[in-house]
Amino acid sequence: MSPDVPLIEMRGISKSFGAVKANQAVDLVVGRGEILGLLGENGAGKTTLMNILFGAYQPDAGEIFIEGKPTVINSSADALAAGIGMVHQHFHLAGRMSVLENLLIGIPGKNGRLDRAGALVKLAEIADRYGLKLDPDVAVSSLSIGEQQRLEIVKALYRGAKLLILDEPTAVLAPGEVEGLFAALRAMTQQGLGIIFISHKLNEVRALTHRCTVLRHGRVAGRVDRPAETATAEMARLMCGHEIVPPAKGPSVPGSAVLQLERVSTDGPGMPLRDVSLSVREGEIVGIAGVSGNGQRALADVVSGMLRPNAGQIEIGGKAVSRFTPREVQALGLGRIPEDRMTTGLVTNLPLADSMVLPRVGTEAFSRKGLLKPGAIIAFAEEQIKAYDIRCPGPMIRAGALSGGNLQKALLARELAFDPKVLIAAQPTRGLDIGAARFVHEKFLALRERRCGILVISEDLEELLTLSDRIAVMYEGRIAGMLDAADATVARLGMLMSGAEGNA
Amino acid sequence: MLRLEPRQRTPGWFNLALPFAAIIATLVLCSGLIKMAGASVFQAYGVMLDASFGDTYAVTETLVRATPMIFTGLAVAVAFRAKFWNIGAEGQLLAGAMAGCWVGTFPMAGPLAMLLMAIVGAVAGAAVALIPALLRVKLKVDDVVSSLLLNSIVFYILMALIETVWKDPLSGYPISPPIEDAANLPVLLAGTRLHLGVLVALIAAPVVWFVIARTTLGFKIRVTGENPEAARYGGIGVERIIVLAAILSGALAGLAGVAEVGGVHFQVMSDISPGYGYSGIVIAMLARLNPLGVVPAAIFLAAVMTGAEAMSRATGVPPFLSDVIQGMALLAMLVALLFTAYRIRRRGGAS
Amino acid sequence: MNAVLEQVFQVGFLAAIIRIATPLAFATLGEMFSERAGVLNLGIEGIMLLSAMTGFTTASLTGSLWLGILAAIITGALMGALHAVLTVALGLSQHVCGIGVTLFGSGLAYFFYRLVFGQQSVPPSIEGFKPVPIPILSDIPVIGPPIFNQFTLVYLAILAIPISAFLLYRTPWGLSLRMVGENPRAADSAGVSVIGMRFQAVMLGGALMGVAGAFLTMAQFNAFTFGVISGRGWVAIALVVFGRWDPWRSAGAALLFAFVDALQLRLQAAGLGHIPYEIFLMLPFVLTIVAMALMSRNAVAPSALLKPFRREER
Repeated sequence: MSPDVPLIEMRGISKSFGAVKANQAVDLVVGRGEILGLLGENGAGKTTLMNILFGAYQPDAGEIFIEGKPTVINSSADALAAGIGMVHQHFHLAGRMSVLENLLIGIPGKNGRLDRAGALVKLAEIADRYGLKLDPDVAVSSLSIGEQQRLEIVKALYRGAKLLILDEPTAVLAPGEVEGLFAALRAMTQQGLGIIFISHKLNEVRALTHRCTVLRHGRVAGRVDRPAETATAEMARLMCGHEIVPPAKGPSVPGSAVLQLERVSTDGPGMPLRDVSLSVREGEIVGIAGVSGNGQRALADVVSGMLRPNAGQIEIGGKAVSRFTPREVQALGLGRIPEDRMTTGLVTNLPLADSMVLPRVGTEAFSRKGLLKPGAIIAFAEEQIKAYDIRCPGPMIRAGALSGGNLQKALLARELAFDPKVLIAAQPTRGLDIGAARFVHEKFLALRERRCGILVISEDLEELLTLSDRIAVMYEGRIAGMLDAADATVARLGMLMSGAEGNA
Repeated sequence: MLRLEPRQRTPGWFNLALPFAAIIATLVLCSGLIKMAGASVFQAYGVMLDASFGDTYAVTETLVRATPMIFTGLAVAVAFRAKFWNIGAEGQLLAGAMAGCWVGTFPMAGPLAMLLMAIVGAVAGAAVALIPALLRVKLKVDDVVSSLLLNSIVFYILMALIETVWKDPLSGYPISPPIEDAANLPVLLAGTRLHLGVLVALIAAPVVWFVIARTTLGFKIRVTGENPEAARYGGIGVERIIVLAAILSGALAGLAGVAEVGGVHFQVMSDISPGYGYSGIVIAMLARLNPLGVVPAAIFLAAVMTGAEAMSRATGVPPFLSDVIQGMALLAMLVALLFTAYRIRRRGGAS
Repeated sequence: MNAVLEQVFQVGFLAAIIRIATPLAFATLGEMFSERAGVLNLGIEGIMLLSAMTGFTTASLTGSLWLGILAAIITGALMGALHAVLTVALGLSQHVCGIGVTLFGSGLAYFFYRLVFGQQSVPPSIEGFKPVPIPILSDIPVIGPPIFNQFTLVYLAILAIPISAFLLYRTPWGLSLRMVGENPRAADSAGVSVIGMRFQAVMLGGALMGVAGAFLTMAQFNAFTFGVISGRGWVAIALVVFGRWDPWRSAGAALLFAFVDALQLRLQAAGLGHIPYEIFLMLPFVLTIVAMALMSRNAVAPSALLKPFRREER
């Protein structure tokens, strides 16, 4: 085999889902010992393309060549057999089972039995070669997120992967952990492995990759041969199709505190809060930065009445609300944009109108003496659909039939229609395209002008830097630091997020 | 290779056509069993149709049999809307029958007796349904298993009572004493068994529909069933709604028992329900959990049951064909439901 | 009181427990395999009844008990396949499909039993299995006769427990099965066929439920009656929860339940005349609910139980 035959070549790949063209005539090449950056906004088609390479989807058109041979990949089993390994954004691990069991899944045994001894030898070998150490007998749920990612990489290597696909691997890591990952990836390229690194974080791509392919709206928007020497702005232009201009933000004129947490501690779910003090003032946006799973969920839950604090005080508009139910907190003027639209925001199987009135169905506006006012409910939904330009056939369509951007607009409409005094939004633009994200940001800033206090929880530092007047960083259930927007930089926030800097 | 593709929308006629498609598929499939039994398919189904709808009396008999199943069908529909998996309508029916019968044995004015029987029977049914609901809400015990096991428990309680302390002293058989004549539900059409309970059942269906579709409680039940997480975020007390749905469901199932005692049997015996509670599940699914659809679905099953006995006498096909039809109709309906959310597409593209 | 105790704990008591536990153990293991792969099988009651009928009928017509067992196994596996087609291939609600399978299976059992045997005042019976004493072991005092002088099916049930545990925990097949029930996506991305594994688990489970049903009509009662299963399938579902989805614990739960059941039979026979016997029949069901309530805090169902798996979803 001549060395200039690429490890993997995808030629003219197209894939549609209904009317959505996820990939159109995409070409992609990875060589041995090469790290290819696959860049693109959310929804640009990166994940679909990689799922095709990994056998989860069949392309509508196009061919895949592995070491020059045309190959049909019908399943993940085919992909693994062809030497392709993938680390998904959401790990494919069973938390209750051990590291070794997760590693050995799908691997034929010895004489019909699980080959534990053989596995341990091989595991030690991989640990030696790439510096990826794991304790084989602990339950996966007790591993940190970084260790779980390591296990996913080891799983691929264990199966003899020649090409490793990593889907947004740094999204879940603290900045400090990212360096460790990069070192391991570089060690793999030394051994001749090819790597596809999917990301939309330009600085990481510039630091790590040898070449880049940029996708936009399912097509190849451009290729970059020397990412390290290419300007970030140039790559951003390829990704977005235009220069990014952040929305204009007026000066901050905060008033009195509308949301106040005094030394609040909680139990789970996930990471509990420990001794959190925080205030959001009228006409102010406070950002919450942090690697996911550091108490953000508990913070949002405790403020919105979903979770009772076991110590401390919470006040909304000067009123103690620690013992309030979600409905009572809402009545005081709290709006909430939940993190996961599909599972906690909307009811996908019921009409959109139902989801839009859900938190306020018991109020005078939509019911009287326990009887619904169907006319008022539909009228409200229609009004909001118009006001927020929600693209849908009408208020009686199943909510699940809407696109992500339109669902988020519907949620915004439902929370903003009643002039909240405080708004908590978690990952408000995750999964949205640039236009929809910008729409959300503009609404937040307009709300800030109307003197609402807004708490934005996000893993997207750029979003926080664009919106916030102050940014708090959460680490292990505590507020690790609070920065004024003027002092906040990615580097500074990164230090706090990794727990490296403890003082506030 | 065929695969399922999600549908964006389903045409309106489709929703109406589904149960019919499921029923036709069931009857076609079951015709194989009739053939196996050596009878003519057309004759067998013809006898069934005639015996259940052939004349006024047959129609009233079918309606009388449908009545407890309208109640249990409504009970299951309400519970399943909230995703409270009430498989215990059978036991709740028995509880309602026992409680109603007990009240009916006290001498008092007829209308008062009937009203009290209904109330006490509904309360008894609700009380039984409350057990799996509370176990689920408080202790996270699986409601399917607990409500199923309760069916056996209530049945054995019934048997224990009618074989000992509540045995009818006159007959000496293991049956309860009869209710007072004044407490018998009045017959609406002379010469038939069409009793007041039939009318109440037919009214109950639109009432339950109204509660589900047009009240805030119904809204909360629907949202809780479809997405409890979103309901909780929307400020709905999910646990409370599940308990309320269970009470409503159990009360409806209890009324099924009252209707049987007050209108058909006038006392309690071991075979007072030939599985009406389980039939309620089939009916609710055929009705797609729509209370208005429960009425035709219950009438269909009642016709199958009434017809199967006549068919067996006429053709020698075992009467248990009605049980097979019930089970198969449920499975066929489930498969049919799939087509509201998905359509079948040939796996196309490159090869 | 002493007389009652003597009656209860006489020699045959241990043997009775083991005999009652055998069908429960088969059924519980069957349900456990199914649930471990992520599929609740509420069809168990109907599958047991139909298999009890086909096993009995085959044995009665052919005169061969083992052919009867084979028929019951095939029946169970086919009914399992039906449940798997609905819940695994089509992804329909496991709760409602299970009830449907039970109603359908029971209907078929009644229908064909009546078709084959007609209406008879005395139900037909067969020469069922006979106890097969194991030499030497059956001579051990106290525990010898009840454990080592039993039906072959009892020995098979005892063997099925370690075999199940071995398959589940020590083989790649078992690992795949458990993974499919914990995180089907992980199994899928590792090249394991989620649909295939679930089919295997539900069909194997169905086959075991079939043996459980056949034991009742071919070893315990030697006749088929419409109430022959009388809730044993539902109890098996509860025992799986009680046994925390583990073969050893599940078998232990079956044994415990059998102890209660045997006890109530003895108490009935001991002539506690003023207590209706139904109270004793009820007891195991009540205790099962109480046990589930007590166990609920520790119960950890397979993560993907009740969740259908569809790959190409977007």
